[in-house]
Order: sequence, then C-alpha cells, then structure tokens
Amino acid sequence: MDAVIASLPEYWDGFLRTLYLSVISGIIALIVGTLLAAMRVSPVAALRGFSMFYVEVARNTPLTIIFFFAAIVLPRLGVKFEQFEVAAIIALSSYTAAFIAEAVRSGVNSVPVGQAEAARSIGMTFTQVLGFIVLPQAVRTVIPPLINILIALVKNSSVAGAFFVLELFGYGRQLSNDYGNQVLWILLGVAFFYLLITVPLGLLAHFVERKVAIAR
Amino acid sequence: MTSVLYDVPGPKARLYSLIGSAAGVLIILGILAIAVLTLAQQGIFDADRWAIFYGPMAPDVWNLIGQGILSTLAAAAVAAVIAFPLGIALCLLRISLIPWIRIPTQVVLEFLRGMPVVLMMLFVLLVFATGQFQAVVVGLVLYNAAIFAEILRAGIQSLPKGQREAGLAIGLRSFQSRMSIEFPQAVRRMLPSLVAQLVVLLKDTSLGYIVGYEELLRKIQIMADFLGPDFLFPAFFVGAAIYILINLTVSRIAIMIERRGSKKAAGGMASAIKTVDLEVNVPGTDKK
Repeated sequence: MDAVIASLPEYWDGFLRTLYLSVISGIIALIVGTLLAAMRVSPVAALRGFSMFYVEVARNTPLTIIFFFAAIVLPRLGVKFEQFEVAAIIALSSYTAAFIAEAVRSGVNSVPVGQAEAARSIGMTFTQVLGFIVLPQAVRTVIPPLINILIALVKNSSVAGAFFVLELFGYGRQLSNDYGNQVLWILLGVAFFYLLITVPLGLLAHFVERKVAIAR
Repeated sequence: MTSVLYDVPGPKARLYSLIGSAAGVLIILGILAIAVLTLAQQGIFDADRWAIFYGPMAPDVWNLIGQGILSTLAAAAVAAVIAFPLGIALCLLRISLIPWIRIPTQVVLEFLRGMPVVLMMLFVLLVFATGQFQAVVVGLVLYNAAIFAEILRAGIQSLPKGQREAGLAIGLRSFQSRMSIEFPQAVRRMLPSLVAQLVVLLKDTSLGYIVGYEELLRKIQIMADFLGPDFLFPAFFVGAAIYILINLTVSRIAIMIERRGSKKAAGGMASAIKTVDLEVNVPGTDKK
C-alpha cells in the first residue's frame, strides 16, 4: 500500500497522459469517423468505396498491430516523431475512427426517411441535407454507443504503454518492476485510476440513454 | 444505387463525380508511389530482403510463423470456450432475485468491463506468477465473460414479459424458467452480438504481445530481431497480412452465421404457421 502512496506523482502523471491521449485521439476520431460515415452515404462511388474499405480493414486489424506499425515500423521507414505520443495518437485515432464511422452510419440509417425527403424537397443539396438535417438527429440517437466507443478508447490507450509512452499502464509496468513485492497494490492502483475515467463515462452513457437521447 | 439523401445524379453530376474520383484515385496513387519510392530507396523491395520467405531459410521462417498463428488461435479458442459458460453463470447471478447476490455481481461486472484487458493480463502474470499463456487466457476470459453476461442480460430483458410469466404459470421454478424458456431465446436473439464479441476476443489475443506471450506478432518481432532490422518490414508486412486475413475470415463467418440465424428464425416462424395449417387440415382429411 505504501508503494502506491509513494508513487502517487507517477500515477498522476500517467493519469494525465492517459487522459491527454484519450481526449486528443477521441476528438480526431470523432471528426474523421463522422467524415467517413458521410463519405459512406455520399453520391460519389469512389468515396463510398474508400470509406467501406478503410472501415473494414481498420476494424479487423488488432490495435497492437497498428501500434506496432506506428511506433516501430514507421520510424524505421524514415517517419520520425519527436515524441511517441504522436505515434500513439495516430494509432488510436485511426483505429477508433472506423468504429465511430460505423456507429454514425447506423444513426444515419435510423433517421426517418421523411426527414431527408422533406429537406430535399425544399431544395437542399446533399451536404445541406446531411449537415443540417440528418447528422444532427443521427448523432443524438448514437450518443450512448459513441460514449461506449470512447470508453473503449480510454481502455485501448493502455496499449500505448507497451510502445514507449509512459501513461497509466506504462507506469504500472515500470512501478511493478520497481516494487516487485507489492505488485498487487501497484496494479490495483492503476486499475483504480482507469475506473476513475471509465466509470463516470459509463454512468454518463446510462444517463444520456435515459434522458437526452431519443429512442427510435 | 438510389438514396433518399440525394437525387439520382444527372450527366453533369456524374461527370464531376467521375473527375473527382479520378483525381482522388490519382492523389492516393501518388502518395502510394512516394511511399513505395521511399521504401525502394531504402532497399525494402530488394529481393534478398524477402528471401527469408522463399530462400534457404524459408522453412524455419514459415515454421515460426505457423507456431505464432497456432498459439494465437489456441489462446483465442481456450478463452472463448471458458468465457462463454462463465458469462452465462455471471448473467444468472446478475439477474438473480436476491439482492445480495445481484448487487455484488453488478459491481464485479462493472469493474471487469471498465478495465483494460492488457492490465488484467499483466495482473494475472505478475500477481499469480503464471505462465504467459495462462495470463493471456485468464485476462481474455474475465473481460469477455463480463461482456457475454451483459449481452445475455440485454437479451433476456428484451424478451416479452409474458415469456417468464408463462413459464412461472405452468409451475416452473424461477431458475427452470430462466434456463429452459428465457435463455434459449436470449441466445438466439443476441447471436450476432455474441459472435461479434468472439471476433473482438480473437483480435485481443494480439495483446499477448505486450505480456510476452509468443503469439504471431511476438514471433514476428523475435524473427526480425534475430535476422536484423533489415528484415523488420518484410516480416511485419507478412505478419500483419496474416493477422488481418484471419480476422477478416472470422468476421465473414460471423456475418454468414448472422444471416443464417435470421433465416432460421424466419424458417421457425414459417414452420409454426405450417403446423397450424396441418391442424386445420386434419379434420378435412378425417372427412374423407
């Protein structure tokens, strides 16, 4: 137990870095994922095809492989990063974007046909229909699944700890080496800090599901 | 393809979209060409770099890759086989009518679901000082059992209330009604989610790389370390391709199961109607 108290500064540093990785990757993934979903329903066949291909491949590639590529293979190929955080953010956001694209697309499909028809009948273009009418309603229905994807993102950021980024899991590995006799408490401490992020997000998802989102 | 989101594109729009697509394809090809050229300058495409896959060393290399694939599949299979019954058990505890069984289970499930899988693997590895294989399997089992439990619970809750009431009304005990009436329906209803979770489980075996389990990715790295950094890219390329191929195959199978399942459910309805028809016909045949 005293090992945990002694290493509170490391925990805090790791906690902040986990938050940082999750927030930045989450924002990028939300934007890219929504764009991918928009491409998937667009009139241009090439965009549809690209989005489909990307989502299919990214969803079926283990995250560890993407990390391995971003953190180990890319630098050997001449793409140098100042910090490994950049590699981690690239890996996390490109992986998560595929899941967000799928969720948003299912939301788009759940918006009643009449909405899009009405928008088109008053002369809106595809971008307007999607941007002003369909997507705002779609996002509301998919908020709970989106929060679940973000929870998964927080948990997935732990993989970064194995690829030279000192976030919670990375510190957990380091500390359990330093305090070999108190591994149990050290790792429970790490677990506690993860729950500090994931449990409130989970409660938020429950709350939103009940109050804000509209069920169709 | 028509969509409610846009008008069927006219000749002008089709032309623009064609030009745009062509430009996009050209840009992607350009980026790929630059990437390939950079790689080529570093000698990535030199034949001797890839000779590990067909040269004198090929048998050993493929042997190593084969071992990696086998240990990946073994961990996934063992974990899936244990996780499913455990998931059912957890689900039963979670929906138990007795609060002091239900509430602790709920807490445990929330805890397991909020944990990164890799942390659980490390926990098992270090705290219980097991081998890597056990650590990977136990980590996967704990996490996926919790997910299975939640999926099944959602399935049971989605059933019409009358199912359980009918079970209780014909004198089944609560547990009997759960097992013989509610569970079979919940499993069928949730089959797509369950199979999708199996794909996730297979994907998560790659986390074994982090705790030192010698699955495919770890074997690839061992190979690259042994042969030298020149061979990292070819080895990684082949390894990643195999991994993605396995996952794509499994998720294709999952989609097939899903389609067949929904067809079967429809078949069940149809045959139910048929039996009704038969019963109606029986008096008719009697008249003859």
